[in-house]
Amino acid sequence: MRGVLRVAAVVFLVSASCTAVDAQSQPELRWGGDAEGGAPYVEADPGDPTRVVGFDVDVAQLFASGLGRVPRFIQVGFTSLDAAAARGDFDVALSGIEDSPARRARLAVTIPYYEFREVLTVREADSNRFRSLADLRGHRVATLGATLAYDLLADAQARDGIIPITYEDDVHPYSDLVLGRVDAVVLDFILAQRGLRRNGGLFNQPEPLAVGHYVGVLAPAQTRLRDRMNVMLRDAMRDGRLEAIFRRWSAWNEDQPRLYARLLADASANPVAPSSLASASDTGTVDAARTLSGPRTWEAARLYLPALLNAALITVLLSCLSMALAVGVGVLIASGRIYGAAPLRIVLTTWVEIIRGTPLLLQLFVLYFGLAAFVQLPAFLAALLGLGLNYAAYESEIYRGALEAVPQGQLDAARTLGFTERQILVLVRAPQAFRLALAPMTNDFVALLKDSSLVSVITVVELTKQTSIFAANIGSWVLPGAMCAALYLALSLPLARVARRLERGWRQA
Amino acid sequence: MTVLDVRSLEIRRGSRPIVSGITFSASRGEVVALMGASGAGKTTILRAIAGLDPIAAGSITVDDISLTPGISHRGHVMRTLHRRVGMVFQFHHLFAHMTAHRNVWLAPVHVLRVAREDAESRARALLDAVGVGDRAGALPHELSGGEAQRVAIARALAVEPPLLLMDEPTASLDPARRGELAATLRHLAAQHRTILVATHDAEFARACAHRVLLIEDGRIRTVS
Repeated sequence: MRGVLRVAAVVFLVSASCTAVDAQSQPELRWGGDAEGGAPYVEADPGDPTRVVGFDVDVAQLFASGLGRVPRFIQVGFTSLDAAAARGDFDVALSGIEDSPARRARLAVTIPYYEFREVLTVREADSNRFRSLADLRGHRVATLGATLAYDLLADAQARDGIIPITYEDDVHPYSDLVLGRVDAVVLDFILAQRGLRRNGGLFNQPEPLAVGHYVGVLAPAQTRLRDRMNVMLRDAMRDGRLEAIFRRWSAWNEDQPRLYARLLADASANPVAPSSLASASDTGTVDAARTLSGPRTWEAARLYLPALLNAALITVLLSCLSMALAVGVGVLIASGRIYGAAPLRIVLTTWVEIIRGTPLLLQLFVLYFGLAAFVQLPAFLAALLGLGLNYAAYESEIYRGALEAVPQGQLDAARTLGFTERQILVLVRAPQAFRLALAPMTNDFVALLKDSSLVSVITVVELTKQTSIFAANIGSWVLPGAMCAALYLALSLPLARVARRLERGWRQA
Repeated sequence: MTVLDVRSLEIRRGSRPIVSGITFSASRGEVVALMGASGAGKTTILRAIAGLDPIAAGSITVDDISLTPGISHRGHVMRTLHRRVGMVFQFHHLFAHMTAHRNVWLAPVHVLRVAREDAESRARALLDAVGVGDRAGALPHELSGGEAQRVAIARALAVEPPLLLMDEPTASLDPARRGELAATLRHLAAQHRTILVATHDAEFARACAHRVLLIEDGRIRTVS
């Protein structure tokens, strides 16, 4: 729910900020960020939701002043920032974006302006039991998808046998840690501190798992603007303006002066190594998939194919089970609406209209996060229920229409033969209605197969989610997108063929 | 012995009377034809006797079952009535998703609880008797109008109703077939069935019926 309210706030904010700045005539510095990321990066000003505040907002202001421009905020979802920067939707993206080899390979990246540590957060009661990822074999560990922390967990999955769980936001990993849905969270220190403030009973392990840096990201051709920004960042490091920004947001610590000293001692464009697991003393090694750049994309495809196939299996399993549920419940609803007493018909009609009139995404949020205080559904079950019950509403309308389309003469004939109403439904009406319903049902199943990608918001990693993780890691959507599309087509085309064949057979029947 | 007794029957659609003051009866082994132009109310009367439409006034008695205004059309009385009355519809209404054979044995198995094997062999015999034994495996849309009608007759006879209603049975038949059908109905009557035929075909009515009732303006005008 909180996530949804935030999305609403962001939408409001974007529309407001567009009109507010349009009035000015000075040239603009368009900068992209995700206000859903929240404080201290970018968030809607609690006192004036038409403005954004945060240290990334202040860094953007710093660049704008240096360039003699007015900053203009462009709201972009976090996982789309790279692609939007490459498209030139804005001049620079600033939103706690991690420096990574993939980003450097595909985009123009500024020097780092902040150094962070990845930390392990556990429940206080487990603080002695779970000191490192190696202690968490067989346990669920949460993080944000497409981040350095996710790479850490993917590595630990292979090495230590942990189970990585990815979230779309940084609020629910910590609330689910309190609820016991996961046993640890790995995220950067700033997010971990925020998680601790919002939830009682949590503990940050002092030993960092890795070190990373936040950078600004520009379109690959914008190297001159990037170089000017690097000069501005170095100036601000020298004269203390950057320190003032991070002090204002309580994010200043002893790591920053060390980083600044290294950056000021080396005037090149890439003075420090990109964020990587290797930079954290001895916690792990960088594997091939992570350090990919252009020429090694095919290697990445080979490495990611098993994960994509696995995710496709989840998609198939989830879709089939959800459809089975939708068909079963849909039949019950349709029968109730045709044969039931008036009060039952009213209840069922209301239910169908509520389900059809609200977004599936909202229903999934409510099922998984909204009800968590009362009943903690496992993610897969919540996804299955959400998809199944949502589609049941649509299926019920198809069945109701199909049942009503069976000619009255068929029912009259059955009545004069002495069948009971139940026998008429089972022997005559339903079998004929099913033939009429088959084509729209097939359509719905193909739609459900694709809608199943929405369940990634409640931590189920299916085909689309796995693809976006893949894309984020190699910094391009082209190959992962093509592989993902091929897998979806491989799933849906045979289905459509089978359905057409069945339909043909039954039409003759 | 009277099998069907209709007294002062009135049937309305909304507030408009379709037929009123209809009184007639039919005895065991008798073929009675209801004649009249289309729209005269013949089908309406048949549907009321079959328990498919409610009646506004009067009564219908089939054997020991009486239908009066306000009787529930989904209850036990109706199911008992349906064991006494079979109906062959003008458009046959064979179950579209089943073979001719299954159309015939379905009701004996599920309504009369006859063993499936017995019902199947009896259904074959019935189809043979009405002359479409070779079409047992065909689906309704594969049958000609005449074949479908005979399957529909076999289906109605399979539950052995004492009273058989037939709505416009000659509609889908050529003249030669009409003679055959008239003979079939006479033959069924000879086996102690009562048959009520609604038709606008005077020649057919005379050929098959012991008595002909003429309906005009919603009333019975002539009995011949």
